[in-house]
Amino acid sequence: MLIKTRHYAVIVTILISLVLQIMPLPIQADLYRPDWVLIVLAYWTMALPHRVNVGVAFLTGLAMDILLGTALGIHSFALSAAVYVLAANYQRLRNYSVWQQAIIIGLLSSMYHLMLFWLQHLLTDIPFQFAYLWPVVSSMVLWPWMFWLLRKARRQLSIT
Amino acid sequence: MDTIFSRGPSLNNRLALALALSVLLIFTDHKLDAFQSTRVYLNSIMSPLQYLANLPSVMLNFSAQRFTSHQSLVAENNRLTDQNLKMSERLQQFEVLQAENAQLRKLLDVPVEPKVHKMVAELMAVDNNPFSQQIVINKGAIDGVYLSQSILDDRGVVGQVMEVGSTNSRVMLISDVTHAIPVRAVRNNIRYIVSGNGALDELYLEHVPHSVDIQKGDMLISSGLGDVFPEGYPVARVESVLRDESRPFATVKARPLARLDRLKYLLLLWPDDAPRQPANKTTNKPLTPQE
Repeated sequence: MLIKTRHYAVIVTILISLVLQIMPLPIQADLYRPDWVLIVLAYWTMALPHRVNVGVAFLTGLAMDILLGTALGIHSFALSAAVYVLAANYQRLRNYSVWQQAIIIGLLSSMYHLMLFWLQHLLTDIPFQFAYLWPVVSSMVLWPWMFWLLRKARRQLSIT
Repeated sequence: MDTIFSRGPSLNNRLALALALSVLLIFTDHKLDAFQSTRVYLNSIMSPLQYLANLPSVMLNFSAQRFTSHQSLVAENNRLTDQNLKMSERLQQFEVLQAENAQLRKLLDVPVEPKVHKMVAELMAVDNNPFSQQIVINKGAIDGVYLSQSILDDRGVVGQVMEVGSTNSRVMLISDVTHAIPVRAVRNNIRYIVSGNGALDELYLEHVPHSVDIQKGDMLISSGLGDVFPEGYPVARVESVLRDESRPFATVKARPLARLDRLKYLLLLWPDDAPRQPANKTTNKPLTPQE
C-alpha cells in the first residue's frame, strides 16, 4: 500500500490541485483563488526536478485547458514556461528561505497570468483588468503553507 | 536514478518542444476548430474531476435541504401555491390566445408555430476563467444535447451549447465577449445584433444608426435569424441609449433578462428541425385547465 501511494503521490497531489482549481466558489472569493496547480507543480519541480518538469507541466496544462474550456494549449504554454524557470534554477531556489521562495512564486504567478492574458488577448479581444492579478497575492500567501504540507507528505512517504 | 540514458532531451529542448506543441494546439484548436469531435472524449475523460470538484456544493445543498425548517417549507409551499394559481390563471388566457392565434395563422396560410421539446438541466459548474463566460450543465450527448443548442432560464435566453461531453456539456453565455445573438425589438420589429462584453449584467447592441427608433426599456426578443436560437424568446431590455454624433453609431446598452449570475435550473430546447432529438422524447402537450 505504501509503495503504491509512493508511486502515485505526485499524480494524486496534482489531481487534487486540479480539483481545487476548478471548484465552484462564491463570486467574491473566486477572484482571489490561488493558483493551486502552479503551486503544487512548483513544489514538485523544486523537490524532484528529474521527475517533474516541463513535460508534466505541459500535460497538466492540457488537462486545465479541457477543464476550463479555454483553447487547447493556452494553459500548457504558460505552465510549461513557468515550470521551466523553476527547473532551470532549482538548485539556487532550494537554498532560499521560504519567504524568498514565496516572492519567487509571486513573480512566476504574475508571469503565468500575464502570459495567459496575452495568449487569450491574441485569440479574443479582452481588456486587461488588474483584478486578474489577485491570485498572485493569494498564491504568495499560500506558498509557505503548501510548501510545509507537501514537504511533510514527501518525507513521510519518502518520495525521491 | 539519473543516468545519461534515462535523462532524455535537455530541459531547453523540452521547453522548446512544449511551447511549440502548445502553439500548434492553440492554432489548430482556435483557428481551424479541428478538435470539435475529440473534445467530446477529452471532456468525458475529465468529467470525474468536474464531478469531484462539484461534490462540496452538492453536499452543502443536500444538507441544507435536509435541515430546512418546517416553517420555511410551509412558507415556500404557500408562495408556490400562490404562484401556481396566478400562473394557471394566465395559462387559461394563454390557451385561448394560442387557439385564436393558430386559427388566424391558418387563415393567413402561415405555418403554425412548431412544437419545441424541452428538458430541464441543472448547473454543474461556473468557470472561473475571467476571460470567458461559460458554465457546465449536467446534460450531455446521451441526453441528446447537440452543438449550439439554445439554453434558457425562467426569464430569458442564457446562451448556447459550445461543447458536448457524454454526460455534461459546456454552455457559452450570451454575455461572453465572443457571443452575439440576433434579436428584434418587440415594439417596432427592428432587428439588431446583441453582443456580450464580458460583464454578466451588460450587453451592447452593435452598429445601431443614430436615426433608429430605439429607446430605454425596449424589449428585445430573439429573431430566429441565424438558425441558432428559436424565434420569440426574450433576451434583453434596453438600458441606455447614447446618441453621440461624433461616433459612427449610437452606443446602446442592454441588460440580459436571464439572471446570468444566479443560474440554477436551465431549460434545453429542441426545435423540430434540430440535428438531434432528446433521448427520452416526451411530448409536452399543453395542459388543459382541468389538469
